[in-house]
Amino acid sequence: MKYMKAEIAGNNILVITIDSPGADVNVITKAMMEEVSSSIGIAEKDGTVRGIVIMSGKKDNFIAGADLEEFLSAEKEEDILKYITGGHAILKRIKALKIPVITAINGSCMGGGFELSLFTTYRMASNSPSTFMGLPEVLAGLFPAGGGTQLLPGLIGLTEALPILLTGKRVRPKEALRIGLIDEVVPAQGLREAAIKRADLIALNGIPKKRPGKIKRPLIIRALESTSIGRKIILKKALAGVMKKTAGLYPAPLEVLKSVSYGYRHGMEKGLAKDGKTLARLVTGAVSKSLISIFFSMNRHKKNPFRDKPAKIEKLAILGAGLMGTGIASISLPVCGTILLKDSSMDRAAAGMKQIWDGLMKQVKSGSISRFEAAAGYGRVVPCHDYSGFKNTGLVIEAVFEDLNLKKKVLRDMESNTGRDTIFASNTSAIPIASIAEGCKHPENVIGMHYFSPVPGMPLLEIIRTSRTSNRAASAAVEFGLRQGKTCIIVKDGPGFYTTRVISSFLMEAGILMGEGVPVPLIDRAMVLSGFPMGPAALMDEIGIDVALHVSRVMEPLFSKREIIAPPFQGFIEKGFLGRKSGMGFYRYDLPKKKGSRIINNSIHEIIGKMDNDKIKPEDIQKRLTLRMAGEAILCLEEGIISSPDDGDIGAVMGVGFPPLLGGPFRYADSIGAAALADEMNKLRDLHGNRFQPQNILLAMAGKNGRFHRA
Amino acid sequence: MKQTKIRVAIIKGIRTPFQRSGTGYRDMMAWEIGRYAVKGLIAASGISHEDVDHVIMGTVAADIATTNVAREIALGAGLPHHIPAHTCTAACISSNVAIINGANLIAGGGADAVIAGGVETYSDAPIKISKKYRRFLLDLTTFKKPKTLVGKIRLLKGMGLSDFIRPETPALSEYSTGLLMGENNELLAKRMGISREEQDRYAALSHDRAVRASMEGEFMNEIVPLVPPGSTAPITMDNGPRADSTFEKLSKLKPAFDKNYGTVTAGNSSFLTDGAAAILLMREDKARALGLEPVGFIRSYAFTGQELVDELLLGPAFAIPRALHSAGLRLKDIGVFEIHGAFAAQMLANIKCLESDSFGREKLGLKGKAGEIDMNKVNTLGGSLSIGHPFGATGARLVTTCCGRMKKSGAGFGIVAGCAAGSLGNAIVIENR
Repeated sequence: MKYMKAEIAGNNILVITIDSPGADVNVITKAMMEEVSSSIGIAEKDGTVRGIVIMSGKKDNFIAGADLEEFLSAEKEEDILKYITGGHAILKRIKALKIPVITAINGSCMGGGFELSLFTTYRMASNSPSTFMGLPEVLAGLFPAGGGTQLLPGLIGLTEALPILLTGKRVRPKEALRIGLIDEVVPAQGLREAAIKRADLIALNGIPKKRPGKIKRPLIIRALESTSIGRKIILKKALAGVMKKTAGLYPAPLEVLKSVSYGYRHGMEKGLAKDGKTLARLVTGAVSKSLISIFFSMNRHKKNPFRDKPAKIEKLAILGAGLMGTGIASISLPVCGTILLKDSSMDRAAAGMKQIWDGLMKQVKSGSISRFEAAAGYGRVVPCHDYSGFKNTGLVIEAVFEDLNLKKKVLRDMESNTGRDTIFASNTSAIPIASIAEGCKHPENVIGMHYFSPVPGMPLLEIIRTSRTSNRAASAAVEFGLRQGKTCIIVKDGPGFYTTRVISSFLMEAGILMGEGVPVPLIDRAMVLSGFPMGPAALMDEIGIDVALHVSRVMEPLFSKREIIAPPFQGFIEKGFLGRKSGMGFYRYDLPKKKGSRIINNSIHEIIGKMDNDKIKPEDIQKRLTLRMAGEAILCLEEGIISSPDDGDIGAVMGVGFPPLLGGPFRYADSIGAAALADEMNKLRDLHGNRFQPQNILLAMAGKNGRFHRA
Repeated sequence: MKQTKIRVAIIKGIRTPFQRSGTGYRDMMAWEIGRYAVKGLIAASGISHEDVDHVIMGTVAADIATTNVAREIALGAGLPHHIPAHTCTAACISSNVAIINGANLIAGGGADAVIAGGVETYSDAPIKISKKYRRFLLDLTTFKKPKTLVGKIRLLKGMGLSDFIRPETPALSEYSTGLLMGENNELLAKRMGISREEQDRYAALSHDRAVRASMEGEFMNEIVPLVPPGSTAPITMDNGPRADSTFEKLSKLKPAFDKNYGTVTAGNSSFLTDGAAAILLMREDKARALGLEPVGFIRSYAFTGQELVDELLLGPAFAIPRALHSAGLRLKDIGVFEIHGAFAAQMLANIKCLESDSFGREKLGLKGKAGEIDMNKVNTLGGSLSIGHPFGATGARLVTTCCGRMKKSGAGFGIVAGCAAGSLGNAIVIENR
């Protein structure tokens, strides 16, 4: 067998070790399923086998899920259906075995691997920090059709199962044991032997009744789940949650809820059959195609494109211990030996240290790191208020206030306190890197590393090269970002680079709409309904209206040529409406929230004027904002700011919240078609002005039926 | 060491701020304090982790959870696990031992670069339950494990109620003689005729010097500020030196050890202190190759052992002449003295001995006194009396301060010395070119 090893161990226990050749992780393929099938066959025919252990031969992985590429190469719905029914047949055979089957999980156990475990008698997990379980299908627009929706609620209860099914969240061993997802946690080192012993014990005595570590769930919840009316209430509440989060734009979570409900009513057999059909339909749908394209694009971005061997950054310095600075420090803890956290005073640096410590304590609580690792990580950060410890620093990242002169000054200070080779990265979100580097000693060492807030949660890192940045610096920056686990795009320098240009287009168009008297809640609601995580006004409140205005000033030389004028929001600053941080912005944050919806700040009408143009259709709002973003992205490609549509899509989706269901501005453009898009833009230009002028590359494409991505 | 070809350079020394026990570091374990010194040292010297070959830390009151505290410190400072680390102990000269261990490791070819220093915390001193209670618990759970209730009750035989309540507090006393360190110092003061006034004047001078040095930023280069985990208040300086410790104030204090006839008070003694210090030692040629600028070189050293009552606190008086002898130097060649003085009387007694003809003849085998000592060259930035004395860390502080003072004053030679419980002495001669 190629994908696994089957051997008899202990007292006639069949140990199946899955180990895909030449790969770091196991993915489920057709060929592998055939081998599983024949291994099960041994047990079915051979009456002497007393139990089965299924485990992995990989270091930090049990099974990562299905082989997406193989899975998607199936062209027709019926091929997919055949594939999934084949899988179901094997899983059902495992469940029907008269002997105990133990899943011994070490490392990531995802998707189909997770579902396989649900069909076995007993689940054991190692206590390794790299062990976790999850059903990420929904994140790719798919759905756990391998029995996840059918078996999980029965195993751990509906209320515990729904978040796992709906959000793709990862469950670590401690938590998995608590909710009953696994039966036992053992040290990683003796997992195989423990599983063999457990198989032997169950073959002799049956499944142990007592599960140490499992909590008893509240009676009321169990009572609720045990009746169909109770389950209806729970499912209805979950549906409301999904609708609030996704505006119903993503079919997968809705299908999960339907499938769970169907399974309760008709049983696993019928449920699985229906799940197969649902999955086949989802795979061929547009949303899933977009989400999967993002997933593949992320994988493509996991490699450093530079051939220069990047310098390893052992010593990092961060200037500015605010939210960004401490966020960058936090994600650098596992990849650096020494991190200097500098601010203008020790008190400020200390406030940043507290942020880092709190983040570490959260990780300890979740079980992703040990207490000593947290303490040691904290100890790697040296708070300071001068440059005395900066000697031989490999990389300095500045996250000081967005002020060109201040940034130039810290660059000069840094150059006179570090080595000739120290790379200087600015975390500015808009100021051109070349203007920061102007007049410095080593412009070849200066680069932009634009992180997004909150740094630990946002996956994108935009790396900005000036015409003078060396390959050495660029390669080191990319390598560093990759080691931090970020998805990196490399873009050319200019005001706002790529992501900030795209988001500014969005915000400025919203400002223009407000100037036309369109009420703020109308704009925000329209955008949320089209798949944006939040509307433009709410977003400005989050980033700070002062910050947004500053960015618009930086963008001015670029935008004024195209008659894009920054909205007249200066009055917000004068009145102290800076957004959430000041308690008031477009919305009020000083009042208790009204049933989940934001309360508009009525004083803004004194600044913007009357806003009673509520006749405008939501589609028109959506079209104007989305097309401004897409148009700006296309212009960035034309100007060479981004080097590929792929980078543009990843940057817009991961950096600025462009709806993932559209796959990014370029996939969105492709889905409409170049000619149709140019047409739409022409119409908007005639109505609203030159900022909607279709870009040259779009017009060229429209003429010959071209696309940004290969079909 | 002057015979060997390999010269051991001192690249840099760093310490945490020293804190009176029970204050700034009250919630931290020793390894946590120690790793700040090591991490700060690595950051300030600009070396790569890979350039470190070994870590040696001294400590006195080891926590049973981290008996090889040097290893936890190294790991906690982010040093790769392949760099070995060990802990050594010799009471108040523990980090002197660590430093000489490190120097010899380099001189002997066993390492190119060593981080050596020490750490101490008395904020969480190991307070034991009574001996009888310990015996009972150990027999109950580990050694005898009686199965029956009667057997268990039998173990209680001979125990009184107070055995369950009253703990054994750790005593800073000489095990072989049973005398507290302070009592010993009292005896020394009486024997050498060191008056209360002399002691208080010296203590006031020490505080005054430390306060001034701190204000003038003398310690900026040797202290790494830190933020205790979970706190937002940085600790940036020593909290031992007190500007209000004037002679007048000190003379009002009551004697601490001999209530009736004593002269030793809490004010002219050092206080319990938490803190850590570390220095980077390196082969001279490697330091040059890495472009590092050494602040000094270890020229010679001496360890001594003395009689346990009368000579207990006279380590420096015994060790300094011996280290000078092996360096081929005289007392007058030394421009900088950094001498550990846990008590004012002890400090003054050691100076007296070095300047005494009879001590020189009888105890050192010299023709007369070891030499004269200019007090303006001794502990000019304060000392253990004012800055504090974290037992395991003091030696590394002295070496760091000594090198800093030598650099500033241009002195060619400096000496670091200390005494330790068990009646030990140590001196290290440092040269700067």
